[in-house]
This record gives sequence, C-alpha cells and structure tokens, in this order.
Amino acid sequence: MAPLSAYLVLSTTLFCLGVYGVLTRRNAVAILLAIELILNAANINLVAFGRLGPAPAAGAQIFALFIIALAACEAVVGLAIILAIYRTAKTVLADQVHLLKG
Amino acid sequence: MVVLSAGVVLAGVATVSLRNLFHAALSLGLVLVGTAGLFLTLEAEFLAWTQLLIYVGAVLTLIVFAIMLTSGMGQGTLASASAHRARSAAVVALFWLVTVGGFSQISWPAASTTSPYTVPVLGQELLTTYLLPFEVISVVLLAAMVGAIVIGLAHVKGRATDPAGLPAAPGAAQAGAPRSGAD
Repeated sequence: MAPLSAYLVLSTTLFCLGVYGVLTRRNAVAILLAIELILNAANINLVAFGRLGPAPAAGAQIFALFIIALAACEAVVGLAIILAIYRTAKTVLADQVHLLKG
Repeated sequence: MVVLSAGVVLAGVATVSLRNLFHAALSLGLVLVGTAGLFLTLEAEFLAWTQLLIYVGAVLTLIVFAIMLTSGMGQGTLASASAHRARSAAVVALFWLVTVGGFSQISWPAASTTSPYTVPVLGQELLTTYLLPFEVISVVLLAAMVGAIVIGLAHVKGRATDPAGLPAAPGAAQAGAPRSGAD
C-alpha cells in the first residue's frame, strides 16, 4: 500500500486543480464541475487518514459518505438554480448574470 | 496506485482546462471513477461502490442534463476564460508548494496492516455512534429535493415573479386563480 504522503500529494493536487477551475471558469456548470473536484480531494484525504493515519477510525469513511450525500444535494440545488438563472437571464456565464445590478 | 493517480490528475487537468463543456464533464467522470479505484486501494470498498453509484451514476448524469439544457451538446464550447488565468495559476501553484512542502516534513507513524472497518462495522457505527448526523443528512436530502422541485416548478406555473409566500389580497387571489388553473 502506498504511503500516506502519496495520497496527500494527490489530494492537494486535485484540490488545487479545483480551485483553479473555480477561479478561471466563467460557465456556472463548469464551476460546479470544479467544486466536485474539490469535494473529491477532501474525500481522498479523509479516507487516506482514516486508513493510514496515526489514529485510524471508522468515522473517516462515514464522514466521506456524508460528504458524498452533501455533494449530491449541492449538485441538485446548484443545477436547479443554474437552470432558473438560464431561464431568467438567458445565460449561464457567471460574470454576465447581473440581475441585482441597478 | 501510481497509474491510477496519474490518470486522476490528468483527467482533473482536462476537467478544468477543456474548452468543450461536455468533454470536461466526461473527464470529471474519469476523475470520479479513478477516485473510486483509490478508495479500493485504501480498502474502503463500500465507499468505492457508493462513489460509483451516486457520483458517476447520479451526479454526473445530472450535470450532463444541465449541460444539454443550457448550452447544448454540440455547441458546448466555453467562452474564453477570464483574463486573470495566469494570476490564478500562480496563486494555486504557491498554495500547492506551501502545502506539499509543509507535510513532506512530517514523518507519519506506520499504519496498521489490516483495516478493521468492514461493511458490517460501518453500518453498526452509522446506526449507533453516528445516528444523529445520519438522520440530519436525510432531512437535508429531503430539503434539497423539495427545494430543487420548487425552483424547477416556479416557471411551469408562470409564477416565477409572484411572492409565493405572501398572502395575496382577495381581489388578487380571484384574479390569479383562473390564470394558474389555465396554466
């Protein structure tokens, strides 16, 4: 089994890719894709620590399960909001939706 | 593990850099399947199958639906990304260097050889120690479901602009009733 630090490097890389995507993407759906990357990085970190860390615990996997459920909620609500914005503003580009601008 | 990690990172790069949104979503699918494989290498079998079922089966399908509904499959090409791409890359690279440099100085204690956390143990923990979070997350799921339906329905009824929660004046209610019935 690979050492813990290998998993940590991998999850840090995935997290950084996700943050880069959130910062640079303009399409709201693409931003959601990047957020899924970040949540996956967190899950890898949790499970790696739960199995290889100093104090292994079943709570790590259960917490990862909760994160998967919350990610599903986030995707559902986020995509519903994106569709509603698309119907109202006719665009999904995050910097062109300025409904609150006076 | 090395091949799997390289595949996950490559697919992650593709997810945030591909210009065709549909291709980016497919790369995210690769990342999710690769993560399930990583869970298998960490002996978290239940989590791996849950990841495949929920993420790849449900969330990815939802995202593909949203892409088809908003930009269409064919013309899913993204408008050019914002101008501060180089600055974002610099900040993110700095964060990566600091983080990896930080935890590469720590020497972790050796892990135990066997994982005691089989599926029965997980289920037992979920329904005893973690019962309250388990119940709360079901309520959260229900709330998200209802919320998504409400957001989706607002347009169908033609009431997107009505303050649905406010009690309407009697005249307005009579005027509004035939319209919502006709819709």
